[in-house]
Amino acid sequence: MSSWLQHLPVFPVVIPLVAGAAMLLFAEARRTTRTVIALIATLANLAAAVALAYAASGAMPEMWPEGIAVYLLGGWKAPFGIVLVLDRLSAVMLMLNAVLALTSLVYALARWKKMGPHFQSLFQFLIMGVNGAFLTGDLFNLFVFVEVLLAASYGLVLHGLGERRVKAGLHYIAINLAGSFVFLIGVSLIYGATGTLNMADLAARVPALAQGDRVLFETGAAILGVAFLLKAGAWPLNFWLPAAYGAAAPPVAAVFSIMTKVGIYALLRLGSLLSASSVSGAPAPFNDGWLFGIGLATLALGTAGMLTAQQSQRLVAYCVVASAGTLLMALGLGGAGMKGAALFYLVSSVLATGAFFMLSEMIERTQQFGEDIAAEPFESFVPEDLPDLTLPDEVVGIAIPAAMAFLGMSFIACALLVTGLPPLSGFVAKFLILSAALTTGPLETLPGSVWVLWAAVLGSSLAGIIALCRMGVRLFWSSDDIVTPRLRVIEAAPVAVLLLLTVGLAVGAGPATDYLGLAGISLSSPHIYIDAVLASNPLQVSSHEIEGIGQ
Amino acid sequence: MEIVYALAIGVLTGSGVWLLLRPRTFQVIMGLSLLSYAVNLFIFGMGRLAVGGAPIIDAIKQADPSLYDDPVPQALVLTAIVIGFATTALFLVVLLASRGLTGNDHVDGDRDSDEAES
Repeated sequence: MSSWLQHLPVFPVVIPLVAGAAMLLFAEARRTTRTVIALIATLANLAAAVALAYAASGAMPEMWPEGIAVYLLGGWKAPFGIVLVLDRLSAVMLMLNAVLALTSLVYALARWKKMGPHFQSLFQFLIMGVNGAFLTGDLFNLFVFVEVLLAASYGLVLHGLGERRVKAGLHYIAINLAGSFVFLIGVSLIYGATGTLNMADLAARVPALAQGDRVLFETGAAILGVAFLLKAGAWPLNFWLPAAYGAAAPPVAAVFSIMTKVGIYALLRLGSLLSASSVSGAPAPFNDGWLFGIGLATLALGTAGMLTAQQSQRLVAYCVVASAGTLLMALGLGGAGMKGAALFYLVSSVLATGAFFMLSEMIERTQQFGEDIAAEPFESFVPEDLPDLTLPDEVVGIAIPAAMAFLGMSFIACALLVTGLPPLSGFVAKFLILSAALTTGPLETLPGSVWVLWAAVLGSSLAGIIALCRMGVRLFWSSDDIVTPRLRVIEAAPVAVLLLLTVGLAVGAGPATDYLGLAGISLSSPHIYIDAVLASNPLQVSSHEIEGIGQ
Repeated sequence: MEIVYALAIGVLTGSGVWLLLRPRTFQVIMGLSLLSYAVNLFIFGMGRLAVGGAPIIDAIKQADPSLYDDPVPQALVLTAIVIGFATTALFLVVLLASRGLTGNDHVDGDRDSDEAES
């Protein structure tokens, strides 16, 4: 039992890898087999993520004290071998990814006809890359996992082809290839200056660097930071994002909404480790001041984009940009409790944009007849107890079919989440960020940046409300030839599940903020992480196994 | 040797970036390839340049690190070459798809904006 559990941290990488590879063995025509494999793998991934989140809360102190699980992949001690490290932050991100993956997969199943070859395998590899990036403990494997997720995303962004997708995909691939080279330059500079790639070891070695090496190291960190910011969708390196996300197939775009958070995660992780290691704080792009300014510009761009977007999926893509901007600003401001609040915002905004991407595609269907909709003979998402519209005595008001009601309510819920209005978790998240900003010092001596944050976050929320109201009016009220779409349960259910999760997040805000707050605090005291990684010993389990073989 | 090496990386990077910013997709892919060569050489150089040093510790020579080459950048550069090659090949496919769909090889799939520019 316990020997199995010790291997738990590697499961989120192994499960999608094996599943994705296994699906390649079956011909494209054996769709059912592939679907079953994909569903089982995604469910298993979710189960592993939940178990890891439980373990990271310190629930298994005998195996993983402090809730930090270090998995030595090759059995070599930490700075020499490759490690996977799981702490609260990684666990939260893993769980978020697993939830998003499951819902997007179910949504994608509804329109398998539209999916090109190997969609399922690419999807699993994308999950593997994201999970691996959240778990890895060294810089080069971060690069490798980011490449895995990017390579899968290149395939997915082109899914369904079409001129618009190929154009957006061309830009997306070009900029991300260039970004990967920047990433490599940063990693190798850091290696050249410090002689290590393990993040914990790096943090431990930096204070002892000679002056010349230190300059090289900080240059490397700055270059690496640029690559992370590119992945995070930060201004001025995010002009590819709205086009690529706006053009991708909706379930793909929904999982993409966590991809920008990989960049944020890397910034958080490395920034936390490096800030502990040097007297002068973290190097440039991980530094608070830089992040704040970049976040402000990103938020401004995202907000302007939301106001100008003509098409709903593009609007959601700009919501992703705006959420990245808010996060970068919040992290840039720093202060006690801010990291926990920012993580809460991250979770809430990823769920919201994921649901919104899928919803926007369903709403687009109300705008005109699509051949595929008319041709699909499947049962619609219309409950049987819908009142008969032909009854002569019901003349007051217009009967709204259940599908339209569902779309409308979901749109309102998404709008509330994105703009941060009560009662959903978007409000709680923005409230937490704004109140955490106030606790950075006594009220009279608060720095001006706090008020800049307040103004920017509230202003962008107001602009978001305007943009989303206009979009809602145009989509639901003003068009004459609106078509009631036929929705299938497996299309509507993922959106409903994601939105219910945000309701749960708002209702259970207490426990959620406790967990995320502790994750934020652990980021502020990275010594526990560094010690856990460097003190980890090769598998205790091997002795059991040897005993087992001996018997 | 360091000067020649650094100049080679510099020339490759400079040409790569210039080509990357050109409007034709073929120029972009050539630029990306040149950049990847530059980056691979750069990673290699980060393990310190040495002539005749083996990356594996020899039983006959003593275990003095200065006699040996650093094996880690070599392993890294191998991974980087594989990944760079694969993604560039994928980009080539997208380039061809774009050429087929839009009928021209402009990065924006729009010949007019190119003509206005040149």
